[in-house]
Amino acid sequence: MAFGDQFSSWRVDTGKVPSGCGISGVMNQDGRPFSGDAIIESMKVLHDRGNGLGGGFAGYGIYPLHKDNYAIHVMFEDPAGKAACEELLERNLQVEAAEEIPTKPVEGISDPPLLYRYFADPRSESLQAEGLAADDFMVKLVMTINTTVPGTFVFSSGKNMGVFKAVGFAEDVGEFYRLPEYEGYTWIGHGRFPTNTPGWWGGAHPFNILDWAVVHNGEISSYGINKRYLEMFGYRCTLLTDTEVMAYLFDLLIRKHGLPLELACRVMAAPFWKNIDAEDDPEGKALDASLRMVYSSALVNGPFAVVVGYSRGMLGLNDRIKLRPLVAAVKGETVYISSEEAGIRQICAKPDRVWAPPAGTPVVGKLKE
Amino acid sequence: MPGNILPSEFLVQVDHQRCRRCKRCILNCGFGVFDFQNMTTADSSKCVACHRCVTFCPEEAITIVPNPLSFREHSSFDVDKRKAIWKQAQSPGMILTGMGTELPWLNVFDHLLIDACQVTNPSIDPLREPMEMRTYLGRKPDRLEVEKTDGHYRAVNPVENCIELDVPIMFSGMSYGSVSLNTHKALAIAAFRLGTVMNTGEGGLHKELYPYRDSIIVQCASGRFGVHSDYLNAGVAVEIKIGQGAKPGIGGHLPGEKIGREVSGTRMIPVGTDALSPAPHHDIYSIEDLRQLIYALKEATGYKPVSVKIATVHNVAAIASGIARAGADIIYLDGFRGGTGASPAVVRDHVGIPLEIALAVVDNQLRTEGIRNWVSIIAAGGIRSSADAAKAIALGADAVGIGTAALIAMGCRLCQKCYTGNCSWGIATQRPELTDRLDPEWGADRLVNLVDSWTLEIKEILGALGVNAIESLRGNRERLRALGLDQTTAEILDVKPAGM
Repeated sequence: MAFGDQFSSWRVDTGKVPSGCGISGVMNQDGRPFSGDAIIESMKVLHDRGNGLGGGFAGYGIYPLHKDNYAIHVMFEDPAGKAACEELLERNLQVEAAEEIPTKPVEGISDPPLLYRYFADPRSESLQAEGLAADDFMVKLVMTINTTVPGTFVFSSGKNMGVFKAVGFAEDVGEFYRLPEYEGYTWIGHGRFPTNTPGWWGGAHPFNILDWAVVHNGEISSYGINKRYLEMFGYRCTLLTDTEVMAYLFDLLIRKHGLPLELACRVMAAPFWKNIDAEDDPEGKALDASLRMVYSSALVNGPFAVVVGYSRGMLGLNDRIKLRPLVAAVKGETVYISSEEAGIRQICAKPDRVWAPPAGTPVVGKLKE
Repeated sequence: MPGNILPSEFLVQVDHQRCRRCKRCILNCGFGVFDFQNMTTADSSKCVACHRCVTFCPEEAITIVPNPLSFREHSSFDVDKRKAIWKQAQSPGMILTGMGTELPWLNVFDHLLIDACQVTNPSIDPLREPMEMRTYLGRKPDRLEVEKTDGHYRAVNPVENCIELDVPIMFSGMSYGSVSLNTHKALAIAAFRLGTVMNTGEGGLHKELYPYRDSIIVQCASGRFGVHSDYLNAGVAVEIKIGQGAKPGIGGHLPGEKIGREVSGTRMIPVGTDALSPAPHHDIYSIEDLRQLIYALKEATGYKPVSVKIATVHNVAAIASGIARAGADIIYLDGFRGGTGASPAVVRDHVGIPLEIALAVVDNQLRTEGIRNWVSIIAAGGIRSSADAAKAIALGADAVGIGTAALIAMGCRLCQKCYTGNCSWGIATQRPELTDRLDPEWGADRLVNLVDSWTLEIKEILGALGVNAIESLRGNRERLRALGLDQTTAEILDVKPAGM
């Protein structure tokens, strides 16, 4: 069953939706928190890269009071879905707090679904019964809810982080969710330009699973095989948009398979064989060749620029021939990544350094220990 | 009463105004159609329309036309069925034939359409940008373990023992004996030049081809012809042939006339004896027996990859899963359109399922079980063009194998008379005056041209799809659409209908 089946009245299932986009990310590597104002400002100048059909943000370090609980953001089409979902959550999790996600009326944001968040942890007896670690259990629970509970969609499930997204222009979405009232050390943002009008809030970016949040500009031409590869490991690509495969790939490669971030990037934006052949170090060559052979189905092919947030850092990455724009900058301990230099200059007039990362070469901001 | 009441299939017409009586046609015809008594005469009843005479007639004096003889129409007992009955009434036995089925079964490839980029993502120009075709066949681990030493990452379990192909197209198994040594040479030379491999088929490997060991997969079939330690180690991998798409479930029979001194030496059987391949391997009556042979071959070869070739039959997905779990590194799926040197027509035309469907369900099954990395899949038996190859890869194949197409490149006209040993093109014959005609270098040039052309075409397709590596097409059924397929078949293929 396609995920869309549950949303018969809420969304139109038109298959995979290609989209263009604007993306930005800001991170304080020293962990200093700052308000959501900056990322909204950055997204404002990227306004024309979106068309008002999707915008969203993710912030890290925003829930210090519940930093050790999974923060589960859920949208419901109707109260029936909420009741069914909460029953599932109660059965599997110890819910420490539950509340409506605070919003305020904003012109340009209409027909919101019910938006709730839960701070919770898997019950130890549930973990034992399933024989799973907490993270694996949460992934499975999120997949179960998103594929079986009608009109219900978990759109954020990490710790001390949260995703906020809607149908609308990014800057309006930020105001709607009152992001200037939050403080985090990393913020990423996205304005979407889908080529049709699904009008579904879940389809906006960022896409998230556990700690990973991805904003993405591009169209993954290898989507079909990336999706089928992820399905081998229990992921269900339910959103009919190719960005979620990037979130799941990061989760699979780094969390489940234990690859370091930079090698995960070498899987997704793999070096060309001619470059691997030319490597001098035999071990490095064997490593790169093996990565390509083992993870050939995880090569993300086609134009993309992504900014990925995670608790320990922020990553910017382009496809292997740089078919979408991506600019990076640093000022002191702050790292900026954006579709356009303007998105950076808007909030940091004089960065220490601005550069265009080469194709397939990651830009990484790391949280200082 | 006449012995033969079958009319000729073709009529051979010689234009005596143009004929200069050079007798090239007489020399060239392997089937003895021509004779000369004051002028060139033709016995049309022997003609198979292989066009050898037409090709070599310097005056274009020969024309071959289908016999226009009319039959009373009957949609049920069509002419072919009546002819079959006449043949069997005349001379009892199975009707033999060669090459793949000629019956007009639904060809799924012809109902699949490939996607391309427009606006939302850019297509890539393969003439300006790298376009990677390299493919590795063999078992890969489910995950790569990495450790950091001295500030550098290294793979704890690097992938070893895989076969590197520069192009995802290889030459399918055709045995020495069924085809000529020159055919084998042409295939080996071409495979070497293309950076791909040729499969020996079940007749062993002639000593002259041992230098091409890096471009050869050796086969071990139920007859064990030519199988010895050096042979098993004379290639990059060993293939256990369980079945053949053209004749699933049945064995083979190479008549004694084809077993001359060289074939005899290579196959390790006496000159002039029939080479009979049993229907099953008599040491493989079940999947656990297959496992033993797989590991015996690995032990014998220092753990080279082992491929298992099966015909695509109804329960192919479960069989393939068993093969993967039995330790195979490659599964070679031979579709029911695959060719043969000789097969009963009834089996060739009615047994098995199409490659496209088998490939789709096998790839799905291996993915469902999470073991797709354990094996590579080669799709063969029905690949006629670069489009078929691209579609097969999109359905889930790692590479495709071509046999019939390779022979056509070297002159084969698909006359389907391989089993007679009279091949005028020097391919499916052991008659020295015929085999001499096929210059291995000429054949290799044509094979290289064909595969280079298909490679260029596949690169264009990849570029249009907006990807620059073959693995981004592999199993990417999202980029295929079905047109004119029934819903059930499209669902089995896991391909959406055009327009969705």
